[in-house]
Amino acid sequence: MPLYREGSLQPVDATGPAPLPLEEWLKAPMQAVSLANTDQPDALSMRLSRLKLVVLHFPKFTDGRAYSQARLLRGRMGYRGELRATGAVLRDQLPFLLRCGFDSFESDQPGFGVALARARSLFSVVYQGAEDNRATVALLRLRQHRQPAELAAD
Amino acid sequence: MPDTHFYHYDKYDRTLLSERVEQFRDQVRRRLAGELTEEQFKPLRLTNGLYLQLHAYMLRIAIPYGTLSSRQLRQLAAIARKYDKGYGHFTTRQNLQLNWIRLEDAPDAVAMLAEVDMHSIQTSGNVVRNTTADHFAGAAADEIEDPRVWCEIVRQWSTLHPEFSFLPRKFKIAITGSPNDRAAVRIHDVGLRLWRNEQGETGFEVIVGGGLGRTPMIGKTVRAFLPKDEMLAYLEAVLRVYNRYGRRDNLFKARIKILVHEIGIEKMREEVEAEYAAIKDSALKLDPQTIEAIAAHFAPPPLPHRPAISGEVERLKLEEPDFALWLKSNTAPHKLAGYRIVTASLKPAGAPPGDASSVQMEGVADIADAYSQSEVRVSHEQNLVLPHVAVEDLPAVYRALAGLGFAEANVGKITDIIACPGLDYCALANARSIPVAQRISNHFANLARQHDIGDLKVKISGCINACGHHHVGHIGILGVDKNGVELYQISLGGDVDFGKTALGDIIGPAVAADRIVEAVDALVRTYLDRREEGERFVDAYRRIGVEPFKESVYAAV
Repeated sequence: MPLYREGSLQPVDATGPAPLPLEEWLKAPMQAVSLANTDQPDALSMRLSRLKLVVLHFPKFTDGRAYSQARLLRGRMGYRGELRATGAVLRDQLPFLLRCGFDSFESDQPGFGVALARARSLFSVVYQGAEDNRATVALLRLRQHRQPAELAAD
Repeated sequence: MPDTHFYHYDKYDRTLLSERVEQFRDQVRRRLAGELTEEQFKPLRLTNGLYLQLHAYMLRIAIPYGTLSSRQLRQLAAIARKYDKGYGHFTTRQNLQLNWIRLEDAPDAVAMLAEVDMHSIQTSGNVVRNTTADHFAGAAADEIEDPRVWCEIVRQWSTLHPEFSFLPRKFKIAITGSPNDRAAVRIHDVGLRLWRNEQGETGFEVIVGGGLGRTPMIGKTVRAFLPKDEMLAYLEAVLRVYNRYGRRDNLFKARIKILVHEIGIEKMREEVEAEYAAIKDSALKLDPQTIEAIAAHFAPPPLPHRPAISGEVERLKLEEPDFALWLKSNTAPHKLAGYRIVTASLKPAGAPPGDASSVQMEGVADIADAYSQSEVRVSHEQNLVLPHVAVEDLPAVYRALAGLGFAEANVGKITDIIACPGLDYCALANARSIPVAQRISNHFANLARQHDIGDLKVKISGCINACGHHHVGHIGILGVDKNGVELYQISLGGDVDFGKTALGDIIGPAVAADRIVEAVDALVRTYLDRREEGERFVDAYRRIGVEPFKESVYAAV
C-alpha cells in the first residue's frame, strides 16, 4: 500500500527493516514492530528506545482501538520513533490520527497525500490535549485571562 | 451582551464550529461527487447528526443540557421551515429531530445552526453523544449545584476527541445536581450525580454501564465520590478502558454495559482506577479558573423580587378548574420564592408526543422573552420548560401556552407519554409508536380523570432498541413484530427515580394493536380499585404485584 508522510504529496518509499509482528519481535527485538490492535503497547517498553518504527493496525476504519494504543505509546511511554497507521486508513481520519501522534500512513485512497497536507489546517482550535501538544482552548483562555494581570504586575 | 444565562460561545467555540461546518460541506460534496462510498460517508454524516431514515435523511440537532435561548429556538423554527416541513420532534435525549432533510441541504442547515452557536456534532455515531442534564437545572428548589457547568465542560472535552471518535458503540453521559434525579443517571453509559459528602464537599458519584436497549441494565457505581476537578481525567480513563476492551465483534454487545456485565464491576473499577491513577495529575485536571470561568456563564439571571402569592392566581384557581389542575401538574417549585418552573406540555390530547411546529416554537420563544428570561429547556420527557416564571405571570403564561395548544394540564400524568418515532419514521422500528400514544392520549383525555389517576408514566418504544424508554415506564409498551403483525408487549413497574430505578416486568403475551387501549384501561381500573390513600400506580403495583393487573388485562383483551 502507498506510504505517506507529511511534507510530501506523493507516496514515499518505505525504508528501514520490515516490521515484525509482536510475537516474533519479542523473540528477536529489531528496530521495527507491528502491533495488532489487541496487543498491549506495554509489551514494547523494555526496548522502546531502540525502536524506530511501530506500526498500528486499523482492521476497519471504524475500529478505533489503535488511537488509544498510539496515545499510550506517545504520551505515557514516551515513544519518539515513527508511528505508522496501516489497514483501513482514510483521509477523514487524518485530523484524529495526527492528534494521536501518528506520523506515517499507509492508504490506497486517491487524494490521500493532498488531504494529508491540509489535515492540520482543518481545525485551528482544539478542545482537548493530545499527542500533538497543541495548546487547548482551555489553556488559551487561561492565558488570555491571566495576561492583563501579569502585565500589571510588571 | 450575551442574551443567555447559560454558556455563550467565544471566538474559539465559533471558530471550531465554522471549521466543522466547512469540513462537513466538503464531505457532502465528495459524497455527492461519488468520491466517498456510502460506507465511508456513513460515520462522517452520523457524527454530524445526519441519519438515514425510512423516507429521508433526519437531522438530529444537539441541545446541550437541554438549554436554549429564545433566539436559538426561533432559529430552529426557521430551519424547520426552510429545510423541513415546518415542524420538528423533541426527543428523550433533549435533541431536536428534523425528519425531512435533503442531503444537499444539510451543510446549509448546520451552517444556520452555527449562526446561533448550535450544532449537530456527535448526535449520532459511535462517539460521546450530547450530554444531558436535569431540565430544571439552575432553577430547581432541590438543587445542590447546577449540573450544566459540568455538562459544558464535558461538551468541550468530548467534541472531536481524537481518541474517542471510533468507539465500539455510542456513549451517553447524563449529569444531575439534585437528589431527585430528573436526568435518569442510572440508565446512561456514564451517569454523574453531584452530592455533598460529610465534609461538606461536593463531588460526583460515578455510575457506569447503565442503559436500555435490548439488554437493559441499571448502572453500577464505579466511584462513590470523585473530586469535581478530576472529572475529565476520570471520564478519559473510563472511555479509554471502553475503547480498548469494549466488544466490537457484535453490534448488540458493544455498549459499555456489556463490558461491565461481562468483566464485573470490580474488574471494571480496577481497570478504570489504574488508568485514572496514570493520568489524574495530567493536564486533564481542571484548573480552578477554568471551572470558575465556565460556571460564571451559568450565573442565575437577575430575577427581581416578585410576590410569592398572587390574588389573580388564587381567583383563577377557583374560577377555572383546568387552570388549577395545570398549576398542580405543570408548574414546579423554583429555588426563588415568587417564581415557578413551568412545563409546556407537548402532549395535547391525541398529538404525537414531542412534536412542535415552527409556529409553536416561535410562540414558546415569545413567551420565554416576555416571562422567562428568554430561556427554554427541553426535558427528556419531550416537553418544553420555561424555567423562571413569576407567580404573578402564571395566568398570562397559561393563556399564551393554551393559545399554542401547549397548556394541557397533564405533566407526569397518563397522557404525558414518551414515545419514540416508531415505524412511521424509523428504519429500525418493528411497530408504530406514535399512533398508539395518540390513541391512549385520546382515551384518557379528560383532565379531571387524569389527575384522579395521578402520576403515571407511560413509555412506548417501537422496537427493542428502546428509544421510548419502555423498560423504565410505570407502564412500558414495546412494539414487536410477529409474522408481519404489530403486537405490543406490556411491562409494569419500571422507574427512573434515583434510589428506585427499576426495570419493568413483562406481564405476559403481547397484545394486538387494536386492543392496547383496552389493556391500558384495564391496568388503570385495577389500580383505581386497589389503591390505598395517596398511593401512585407504581407504588400500588409494587405492593400488590403483577397478578391482579395481569388478570384484568387478559380479561379485557
